[in-house]
Amino acid sequence: MRWKPLLELAFWLLAFGAIFLLPRRLLLLNEIAILALFALSLDLILGYAGIVSLGHAAFLGLGAYTAGLTAKHFAVDPLIAIAAAAALSGLLGFTTSFLVLRGSDLTRLMVTLAVALLLGEAANKMQWLTGGSDGLQGVTVSAVAGLFEFDLRGRTAYVLSLTTLLLLFLVARRMMASPFGMSLRTIRDNPLRAAAIGVPVTRRLVTIYTIAAIYAGIAGGLLAVTTQFVSLDVFDFSRSADVMLVLILGGTGYLYGGILGAVAFKILQDVLSGITPQFWHFWIGLLLVLLMVIGRNRINGWFTALAQPFRRHVDREVAS
Amino acid sequence: MTSPVLETRQLQKHFGGIHVTKDVSFELLPGARHALIGPNGAGKTTFVNQLSGVLQPSGGQILLDGEDITRLRPDLRVRRGLSRTFQINQLFRDLTPRETLGIAVAQRLGAGGRMFTSFSGNRAVTSEVDALAQAFGLTDVLEIATSSMAYGKQRLLELAVALAAKPKVLLLDEPAAGVPEAERQDILAAVKALPNDVAVLLIEHDMDLVFAFAERISVLVEGALLVDGTAAEIAADPRVKAVYLGEGGHG
Repeated sequence: MRWKPLLELAFWLLAFGAIFLLPRRLLLLNEIAILALFALSLDLILGYAGIVSLGHAAFLGLGAYTAGLTAKHFAVDPLIAIAAAAALSGLLGFTTSFLVLRGSDLTRLMVTLAVALLLGEAANKMQWLTGGSDGLQGVTVSAVAGLFEFDLRGRTAYVLSLTTLLLLFLVARRMMASPFGMSLRTIRDNPLRAAAIGVPVTRRLVTIYTIAAIYAGIAGGLLAVTTQFVSLDVFDFSRSADVMLVLILGGTGYLYGGILGAVAFKILQDVLSGITPQFWHFWIGLLLVLLMVIGRNRINGWFTALAQPFRRHVDREVAS
Repeated sequence: MTSPVLETRQLQKHFGGIHVTKDVSFELLPGARHALIGPNGAGKTTFVNQLSGVLQPSGGQILLDGEDITRLRPDLRVRRGLSRTFQINQLFRDLTPRETLGIAVAQRLGAGGRMFTSFSGNRAVTSEVDALAQAFGLTDVLEIATSSMAYGKQRLLELAVALAAKPKVLLLDEPAAGVPEAERQDILAAVKALPNDVAVLLIEHDMDLVFAFAERISVLVEGALLVDGTAAEIAADPRVKAVYLGEGGHG
């Protein structure tokens, strides 16, 4: 359908247009863009390869501390700090991917959860490096590419985060439309059969887990350089749980789910905490319960209807 | 004498204390039309699962083209030309037949790991998928989700996707299992039309299908090979009759 690319274009134009349309909300928009990238990262493993994770914050957190420490101690360009975050998180993803290769969903949930807990506790103990529970103080970030200074209203921050999100989204879309992406979907559907048609299941899972970790690490890096602060809560269980919620809210396996979910989640959070400060988690909890009781499929159906223009495989949705 | 394309030597498999594959030495010749029969619980599927690498044997050897593949990963066996179907559908429910066949073809062509080329835009893959669909009567369902296809069509897709690997050896685990009578002829026709140069090992309960297809038959009873011979020899063998007639008494 010809209007689909137009709608996508409109979405991204609107996202960039917000720089001028919502100049007072750029800090919130920056948070949304980072959360969207984080959820996009989870979609790569959950939506495409079927790997469930309750510890995705491990990569976000490592990325945040890596970028924060790099910026603090080496006074490098923030883009280099983010690149360092990507590299280290990717390395962690590659190493821990071997833990999630085998085993049931339950094993995977527990292993990913444990890795995030371990890292969180390590960051807490290594006070000399991370500042412990006081957080990483004194992160000063130079201008992006030597040109764009960070401002208090969050303009540079939002442009940086949104541009990164767009670029990584385009890369992900290209990757998921490739034979590699298709082979991931065979693994999600049926790993036994995937191997029986010649798909090297282990290698594929290691690759996508590493890529997802890099994405999450970049999200963490953006968080650190745009807020110029890192605290232990980047490793929090609630981060891992929230990102799962965001992705489920938006729908898995079509890449826009994480982005739309992040928009919905953050706006909801903003509105609800405006009405009932300190109490908004109650509403999020209620929403989650409703989501699960009414049924993910039905809610997904509503979202599918809303998000239909964004979907690339509309015919299959209708057929199934 | 031609050397076998697939061979097992003293293959053993234990599940705990149960001996389910006993000393099976078996040969499949190039281009063979071979059937493996046996009563329920004889260990036929366990045997196939070891051949395809789903299960690791407890002892013995498996050779493909004279090379030991006993410990080789399943996907690497496929790459070497050993492909199979499953008794119970093991298809990708959310994918379309075009996607299913396409990824199997792409893997074989060595393009399955490419990250930045278009999956749907690969002409070599597309034309091969179209040809396979044509051969197996799947052209009209190529673009719908596999889970919404008629069961008979799904069984045909099982065959087509196994053949997409261009195997030297094709293991068919009860290809007609669960297929309604009206659609069985389609399956039989598809099995009979398999390329002559592919060695086929058919595991089947349906004796009509077995005798319509197989030139050689091996009989597996309680995990061990009882007898191996031409279809005519097996049909006349009193031991085979005893096994099948005695089956009711056992169980």
